[in-house]
Amino acid sequence: MKQTRNGCLTAGLILSGLMLLCILVGFFWTPYDPTAMESAKFLPPSLEHWMGTDSFGRDIFSRVLKGAGTTVTIALSIMGIAAVCGVAIGALTGYFGGVVDEVLMRVNDALTAFPSILLALVVISILGPGSKYNVVLALGLVFIPGYARVSRTAFASLREANYIKSAQLMGVSKGRILLVHLLPNTVQVLLPTLTIGFNNAVLSEASMSYLGIGVTPPDASLGYMLSEAQGMLGTAPWYAICSGATIVLLVFGVGLIGQGLQRREKGVA
Amino acid sequence: MKYAAKRVATLLVTMIIVSLLAFLAFDLISGDPAQMMLGTEATEEGLAALRAELGLDRPLPIRYLDWLTGFFRGDLGMSYHYHEPVWTLIAPKVRVTLWLSLLAFLLITVVSIPLGLLTAGRGEGRLAGLHTAFNQLCMAVPAFFIGILLTWAFGVTLKWFTAGAFPDMTQDFAGSMKYLFFAALALSIPRIAMTARMLRSTVAGEMEKDYVRTAISRGNDRRGVLFRHVLKNALPPVIAFLAQTMAELIASSIVVEQVFGIPGLGRFLVACISNRDYQVVQAIVVILAFWVVLAGTLADLIQQRIDPRLRLGGAS
Repeated sequence: MKQTRNGCLTAGLILSGLMLLCILVGFFWTPYDPTAMESAKFLPPSLEHWMGTDSFGRDIFSRVLKGAGTTVTIALSIMGIAAVCGVAIGALTGYFGGVVDEVLMRVNDALTAFPSILLALVVISILGPGSKYNVVLALGLVFIPGYARVSRTAFASLREANYIKSAQLMGVSKGRILLVHLLPNTVQVLLPTLTIGFNNAVLSEASMSYLGIGVTPPDASLGYMLSEAQGMLGTAPWYAICSGATIVLLVFGVGLIGQGLQRREKGVA
Repeated sequence: MKYAAKRVATLLVTMIIVSLLAFLAFDLISGDPAQMMLGTEATEEGLAALRAELGLDRPLPIRYLDWLTGFFRGDLGMSYHYHEPVWTLIAPKVRVTLWLSLLAFLLITVVSIPLGLLTAGRGEGRLAGLHTAFNQLCMAVPAFFIGILLTWAFGVTLKWFTAGAFPDMTQDFAGSMKYLFFAALALSIPRIAMTARMLRSTVAGEMEKDYVRTAISRGNDRRGVLFRHVLKNALPPVIAFLAQTMAELIASSIVVEQVFGIPGLGRFLVACISNRDYQVVQAIVVILAFWVVLAGTLADLIQQRIDPRLRLGGAS
């Protein structure tokens, strides 16, 4: 069992690390200009063009590098908003409890029952479609309840721990108890949640951009590129396959890390 | 029964809250529909007349009540973009989406339960690591990417169906079902993996229990124990999960309809969001939300019905 446990984490870290490295390089340098239409059209993958070219003669590998960068940046922003707000709400309600806790958790229950894409569509239709900032805001808001729930459970389970009680007796301030004593001990539980949250963010952003109400040109995320590529399925199927496979690999790598972390946590407990 | 009544009451309250929230949200953002319909050159009198005609001059609570009762009478108001009753616009689309979800749901049930049971009998063994990796991979593939791959394989390469040419359901029912099958396949593949995995792990958990050990030590074979005793205990959570799946299917069908160019509710919703046709968006959102809440309630009721342990707990 021990070997498989590490296997998940290692494989995930290697895969994600490689992808991250490519994306970081892609921010500063791509083999071709991703928007320049200078090569021949519909070239199949070759040594010059690793993923071929599209109907405008653009190099697909360069486009995928840039697109993955956009996707990851947006996903990280979504995750940042949702995690900070969610953990803050979860920490306060989990630690203090009371009526506010009850009400917020009921609202939470109601919200988590709804598929996130439906909620995101409602929020985006209110904010206005077709802007990447609105996508980040909409999905950020939609994912808050998930983080709030997990962190509430984590904080509430530690509330009665002896070291927290003794800190309270020593007169440590509430803010310090929450941030210095409780937060580090919930990281173990929160980390796998973060990886799942990142994956949900990537997949949701891809769906919204695919639908044409997320990221729009001149920005190009992987989801938008897939909708572009669908029109060229007959002539350049490698475009759709490469941009879709990039999404899959991104999510797969982070998913493996999450799985590995969860197993490690179980192993310790 | 008491539990069921309580659950239905909660359902009604949730529905009212959801519809109120949707009404308020879209009422706030839609601005002045009369202005939108008549454009910038509208006269003050024309605007006032249209507002009176649309009933926009009445106070908010009355409009909400009017809208809600209209909702159950099949009168969802007028689309400000298409200038047609909302219900006439969405009724054919509701039918398409219902059939799509139904097909996908059937596929999931018929494939995942035997698959889960088939793999459950086997021990973990050396393949456990590979198994987890495979599961992660299944969850990593978005349904619309599967849809695009299916379009490429069966539509573009094999030409089993013409991508983008959805046959009219009233005229060519069999043809439209064939078309929907590929979309249903794209919808169900990730869910099949999840359901089979869930059944597999619940069965594996049950197999560790004392009663199984007792049954086996008394000379029953594993297969018999699996079907006669374990299945009864392992199915309730899976059935609840399947009911929840009905809600999820509606959500993922929004994107998959776009992939296959199916004129369903989800695709229309996206088009209306882009057109800012809030009257229609509001109606579709509330319909989808009711669907989700209903599926959730159904999941609870079924689970409580088939699991006597929950029935006792739920009554108190």
